[in-house]
Amino acid sequence: MLIKPTVDIASSEITDKKHYVNRRDFLRVAAAVVAAGAVVEAKGAPHGRKLVNVNRAFPRPDDKVNSWDDITSYNNFYEFGIDKGDAGANSGRFVTSPWKVSIEGECKKPGFMDLEDILKGEALEERVYRHRCVEAWSMVIPWIGFPLANLIKKVEPTSKAKYVEFTSFADSKMMPGVRYPILNWPYREGLRLDEAMHPLALMVVGLYDEVLPPQDGAPLRLAVPWKYGFKHAKSIVKIRFVERQPLNSWQQQASNEYGFYANVNPTVDHPRWSQATERRIGEFFRRKTLMFNGYADQVQSLYAGMDLRRNY
Amino acid sequence: MTHRTLRFAVKPLVFLAALAPVGWLAWAASTGNLSANPLSDITNETGVWAIRFVCVTLAITPLRNATGWNPLAKFRRMAGLFAFFYATLHFLTYVVADRFAGLDFPNGIASWTTLEALARSVIADVYKRPFITVGFLAWLTMLPLAITSTAAWIRRLGGQKWNRLHKVVYATGMVAVLHYWWLVKSDIRRPLVYAAVVCILLAFRVHKSLRKRAGEYSIHARRLSSA
Repeated sequence: MLIKPTVDIASSEITDKKHYVNRRDFLRVAAAVVAAGAVVEAKGAPHGRKLVNVNRAFPRPDDKVNSWDDITSYNNFYEFGIDKGDAGANSGRFVTSPWKVSIEGECKKPGFMDLEDILKGEALEERVYRHRCVEAWSMVIPWIGFPLANLIKKVEPTSKAKYVEFTSFADSKMMPGVRYPILNWPYREGLRLDEAMHPLALMVVGLYDEVLPPQDGAPLRLAVPWKYGFKHAKSIVKIRFVERQPLNSWQQQASNEYGFYANVNPTVDHPRWSQATERRIGEFFRRKTLMFNGYADQVQSLYAGMDLRRNY
Repeated sequence: MTHRTLRFAVKPLVFLAALAPVGWLAWAASTGNLSANPLSDITNETGVWAIRFVCVTLAITPLRNATGWNPLAKFRRMAGLFAFFYATLHFLTYVVADRFAGLDFPNGIASWTTLEALARSVIADVYKRPFITVGFLAWLTMLPLAITSTAAWIRRLGGQKWNRLHKVVYATGMVAVLHYWWLVKSDIRRPLVYAAVVCILLAFRVHKSLRKRAGEYSIHARRLSSA
């Protein structure tokens, strides 16, 4: 039996969605104007679920590790807004569970993988990595994760697979930054397959022994510490194996400023600023930036014979 | 409003309000209420406030014309000097946090070598990076205006000459906005707002001067025809 609801409100009395959305935008703008001049207070993410049985064998650098508050209150995550504090302030509605990742392209086992499947059989380990942003600031971060190579081996790329493309989650309801075409959403990043298979390339699921908080790219993000921060795709929903070099979002946005490789390199300046030094968060004096962010011994063989000035 | 309330109540209050951003920054920096990168916050905030005060300065005369409220003119110099104040803080923050903090100190921090290296580092950077060049240019255009902002200088130059010199503030606005525009990574919405404000205020000025010229022309024409 079909029960028809009685309509007792004239459609003319219902506010058109266009208008109430506009009103909300107006309120948001008004709030922003009132708050103009007020920098978002640096407060870290609330603490989350503990991760257990974390292997700590990976050698730690001598650098002082940045605090939970620094790492969770200061980062770029344009899906939530362009200010460093926006990810922390605006990621409250971001639902990261359940989570599926679509495996696509040149591999033998394409299809959807639940986060649980991805984590099955992986021993989580702590890796304290230096993190260098292309904007010339840096942090030292105790990531928890597992080698990206393990995941790649699971899905068996074919001989045609030369590159891996990562696509981040983009949803304008949960992510206010996605409402504006700041970048061509969704965010895409890529690695050459041999870079992705490198033992330093890490799939990150945690931070400081806890489940990764939303503002840092929960539930699954990349850490490739010899590359600038924008290569570290966050909240990954798609991994695609391809034959040709994929076009990453920042390269698409400004190819004269951001390349595909984006290896940390103090001798190749960004067109608008120097990459020779960096400000470590928490320090006053600037540090000299190290070639490949100090991981040259491990990764420079990947780029033998390549012109790093052209392949920036 | 009487002259006395304006001078002894309103003006000091406006002065204090204009100091609020730097007061707030000092408080937030000293109590750890800025972000994890406080030097970057201070650089950004002082820069944005400099542009805001340039816009306020440019807005005063059109606002006075529109409302007919002449006492507004008494705040124009104050607004302009606050723009210069914030721009100077902005420049100094850059010199200290971006240049000084990146130097090597082979002879210790307190030495002539440091000062020399700092000067060289600032000059090289201003020369090399276009957005720093235009930022420095914006500050430089304000320097003669700040110096000649006193009554003595108005007298020395004469009203007409002084007025002509102080039109440079429109160039300040445009160059400052360009500096902001070239600085952002991809989202130009914020610099766009300031660009729009400067353009509208400039359009106001151009419109007024065109009308004035047209008026002078018609008077001239009438005089000719009656002759």
